[in-house]
Amino acid sequence: MTADIGNARADDRVVSPADVVAYALRLGDDALVYAQRMGGWIAAAPQLEEDVALGNIGLDLLGQARSFLTYAGELEGAGRDEDDLAYLRDERDFVNAQIFELPNGDFAFTVARMLVTSAYQVELYTRLATSGDATIAAIAAKAVKEVDYHRDHATQWMLRLGDGTDESHRRMVRALEDVWPYVGELFESDDLTARLTEAGVAADPGSLEDATLEYVAGVLAEATLEVPNTHVHHRGGRRGVHTEHMGYLLAELQYLHRSHPGASW
Amino acid sequence: MTRSTVGAAPVDAAALTTVGRAWRAAAAVLDPEVPVLTIEDLGVLRDVSVDPDDRVEVTITPTYSGCPAMDAIRQDVGSALADEGFHDVTVRLVLAPAWSTDWMSDDGKRKLLAYGIAPPTPRGDGPIALRLSIRCPQCGSGATRELSRFGSTACKALWVCEDCREPFDHFKAH
Repeated sequence: MTADIGNARADDRVVSPADVVAYALRLGDDALVYAQRMGGWIAAAPQLEEDVALGNIGLDLLGQARSFLTYAGELEGAGRDEDDLAYLRDERDFVNAQIFELPNGDFAFTVARMLVTSAYQVELYTRLATSGDATIAAIAAKAVKEVDYHRDHATQWMLRLGDGTDESHRRMVRALEDVWPYVGELFESDDLTARLTEAGVAADPGSLEDATLEYVAGVLAEATLEVPNTHVHHRGGRRGVHTEHMGYLLAELQYLHRSHPGASW
Repeated sequence: MTRSTVGAAPVDAAALTTVGRAWRAAAAVLDPEVPVLTIEDLGVLRDVSVDPDDRVEVTITPTYSGCPAMDAIRQDVGSALADEGFHDVTVRLVLAPAWSTDWMSDDGKRKLLAYGIAPPTPRGDGPIALRLSIRCPQCGSGATRELSRFGSTACKALWVCEDCREPFDHFKAH
């Protein structure tokens, strides 16, 4: 075999299934929690078309979440399926980044967050589409087309609102300031991502930062906005540490299933 | 074990083998959200195989990750095959390769148009990005514009015709 320095191949190394389970849970929890937030806009968005748009974006995310959680459950081998993982874990067991659980805020906040998260997901899934893990690669190759469309949607709104009226501009400036302390966590690498990046399974979060922020900064500049300058960086989601909003989100997400175990329609 | 397989190609009805019958039954299942299209028209049906004991395995792929129609399609495939005499049926969902509107048959595109949904344009992954105009399925005018990038299902966007003023669904290129 020829040396392939700097270009890790999954087949060269033993990948711990427990590591892949933990990574798939991160990806699944990001998508699940964010889908729940987008669903919250249905019947509450500024216009009917936006109810439909955010609902559809939530549906894409929910599909991605179901694929990742199903895979995590299968690989774990403890008999847990996607429903067990979504509905029967407690707050400290969720490993989503905190940016996804933040309340929707006003529409400006939702757009500001979506611009960042969708730009991040486009970079992430583009990379994961060539993951050495065939299932993660398949889910990502499908998801990348979806999040690309979400990024486009967020971009169009950012341009309209940033370069819109004084009021829409003012609110977008505030929204970006509110989002920004939660952006850094998306790009934090740790031991798990280091091992899985080395094994050719994961995309190193830190390596996604430049391309993501370059896209976002380009849109903000066109929207007459500036990248906020913040010194506060919240983190902890990957270790199960969440904001005070997470418990309420899970209460709404999990109530039905816990009150009526196995309910279906 | 030998397993007869039919790839994504229609089978000559005159010479139907067991696997041909199974394919024909599965291929006739309609998409619950766009009920003029079969899952074969859509490119959702990927493979049908039958083993010597008449156990059938059907492979389907979702249009979008969150497509809620997949559960209904799975059930409908099972009943369509049961009607054809196959009672041991497994429906397998695969994600790779990712579905694309380029897999929709020309026949499917004609049916969509007749149903009032503007069919998807080619995805244009070529060297030059070429945006074909979306024609109004009611009056045929090319003077149309997008009202909303999202529509009644994940696979559609909402458009309106500037000439006849009618809104219509457009099946997004994906």
